[in-house]
Amino acid sequence: MDPSALAKSLEMLPYFLKVLGFGALTTLGLTFAAFVVAAVLGFVLALMRLSRSKPLNWVASIYLEIFRNVPILTQLFILYFGLTYVGITLPAVGAAILGFGLNGAAILSEVFRASIRTINRGQAEAAYSIGMTRAKAMRLIVLPQAFKVAIPGMTNFVIGLLKDTSLASAAAVPEMTFRAKMLVSETYQTNLIYFLLAIIYLALSLLIAYGAARTERRLNVVEER
Amino acid sequence: MGYGELWEAAHEELLAAALATLQLAIGALLIGLVVGLLIALARLSGNRRLRGFALLYIEVFRGTPALVQLFIVYFSLTAIGIEFSSYKAAVVGLGLNAAAYFAEIYRAGLEAVPKGQVEAAKAIGMPRGQVLRFVLLPQAARIVLAPIGNVAISLLKDTSVASLIAAPDLMLRAQDLSAVYFMPLEIYVLVGALYFVMCYPLSLGVRLLERKSANH
Amino acid sequence: MAVTHPLVRIEGLHKSFGSLAVLKGIDLTVQQGQKISLIGPSGSGKTTLLRCINFLEEPTQGSIYLDDRLLGQREVHGRRVPMSDAELARMRAEMGMVFQRFNLFPHLSVLENVILGPTRVQRRTRAEAIEQAEDLLNKVGMFPKRDAYPEQLSGGQQQRIAIARALAMRPKLMLFDEATSALDPELVGEVLQVMRRLAEEGMTMIIVTHEMRFAESVSDQVVFMADGNIVEQGPPRQIFRESTVERTRSFIRAVQEH
Repeated sequence: MDPSALAKSLEMLPYFLKVLGFGALTTLGLTFAAFVVAAVLGFVLALMRLSRSKPLNWVASIYLEIFRNVPILTQLFILYFGLTYVGITLPAVGAAILGFGLNGAAILSEVFRASIRTINRGQAEAAYSIGMTRAKAMRLIVLPQAFKVAIPGMTNFVIGLLKDTSLASAAAVPEMTFRAKMLVSETYQTNLIYFLLAIIYLALSLLIAYGAARTERRLNVVEER
Repeated sequence: MGYGELWEAAHEELLAAALATLQLAIGALLIGLVVGLLIALARLSGNRRLRGFALLYIEVFRGTPALVQLFIVYFSLTAIGIEFSSYKAAVVGLGLNAAAYFAEIYRAGLEAVPKGQVEAAKAIGMPRGQVLRFVLLPQAARIVLAPIGNVAISLLKDTSVASLIAAPDLMLRAQDLSAVYFMPLEIYVLVGALYFVMCYPLSLGVRLLERKSANH
Repeated sequence: MAVTHPLVRIEGLHKSFGSLAVLKGIDLTVQQGQKISLIGPSGSGKTTLLRCINFLEEPTQGSIYLDDRLLGQREVHGRRVPMSDAELARMRAEMGMVFQRFNLFPHLSVLENVILGPTRVQRRTRAEAIEQAEDLLNKVGMFPKRDAYPEQLSGGQQQRIAIARALAMRPKLMLFDEATSALDPELVGEVLQVMRRLAEEGMTMIIVTHEMRFAESVSDQVVFMADGNIVEQGPPRQIFRESTVERTRSFIRAVQEH
């Protein structure tokens, strides 16, 4: 490799890092916002699937099947064009948050449903036996325990979401991948830029995994016997 | 023009593109299954460098977006002289991506076979090779079927990302057709429906597999 | 106040799970202050009967009356309609249940387990609930462990706390579902001791158990069940020593051979 070209590349390194850094902020913001939407909606969907009302089960199941069997890129495009059609003009970021959130809700609802079901029936029955209604038992006994169990599933989801936000680059949302593409067309430093991009994604996903593991450990009660 | 007429006009192209998508997915799947096996063996091997490489591979491919991986395979490799068509780049890129997930599935499958099975086989004097062949692999194979199915479905959906490096798949065709017919929403809805028709039967199949393996 | 009606009255109780009939017509009354043991082989329906009494299982047919009030259902224009969740919860609060697997709440400390019901369900003040809880924990011998968490304790300790948790609701009636069956043999005694004290203090108790000597010494009435029916019912002496019913005798013989 040509030494002067290498030097030139390395000179631009701080600039690349700065631009990608800004992109990373957008990526993280997008991920967080979409996660909130997905968690709230996903929770509602999980309750619908667990409820004793057949119509509610059905609606939730249909939602799940549709969102899990269509690529998220397609969903984003449909949402974007669909909204314009109906007359709502959302900025691309907004449409992205909504799109990732709606898709994510389908995935998270399964995580929540599974974690609620692992809390054994005995817990709910013990709560009923001291006179709690189903709602109270859910709120005070089942959900607090289910939350802890759901952390690995939620972490996997958030890391997946982080990676999926790269697709928002197709809609010119200024997240990391989009910025990288712009940098490449600006400077033609393809290898260095994409290498940096990959490293930053890797670092972010490792950070999220680490953060989640620590939270899980702190939530777990004293282990000595 | 309504959906009906749009379908009349465009269905041949859409179906051809759907077929291309399926071929892309199958190609990537095969690469993933084979490379994944190699990575899994490296992961479990006694050689420290092989193990390290495998771990790095898995970490990198699972910790970075598929889109970025495709960029690197297509753009970066071209920059250092390896020429790929966008289609080939997509097959290779998505295949290498899937391999990381398959490697972990293979490993989990082998570890899920109860230790007692291996001990019982050894106790009747089976050499290690036979234990692998007759006891471990058959049982592990049943365990990994459903998770592999799930990754395959994700792979089919991920082929849509190939459109962003201009590989000829269903989503790319959708972009072209939107320009031709000026009905982007309707086109993408039809495309969504096509993906659904391709993926849903697979989902049902995987769920059936999951239920059957849960009964053992 | 003289109470003339039985505390629990069960009439014509049937329970099937799908096509499997587990209870085939049970009639039983429990007077206030009575201790009743339900014994019988596995599959006889005794646990199902107990779980129907606090409506953890819904009867397929028949009625259960708690304090002369129909449990779990309401009569509307002569038809049976399920009771609302809130009403059912209120009726359940009048009964205490102790489970085979304890089911203490793992995310709460021992003390918190015991005050949860009184504070959240009965809306008593925290101070009052703590005072009562400490009293009850003392009674079952678990006061020193009030700040520990369930997973740090042995089965016998957990079960005694479970009894305290049930008693904290000031129930009229205590249900015991094989309370010692999941315990290591050396821990069974400490739980039986607590149950015996409770009985001596006059609590109405329905006990499903395999501990025959305990059942014989503590009960006023023993109910022997098999195949979903009550085969024989009477004072302990009658069931354990003087029964004239062959089915009862062969069961008693079999368990005493251990």
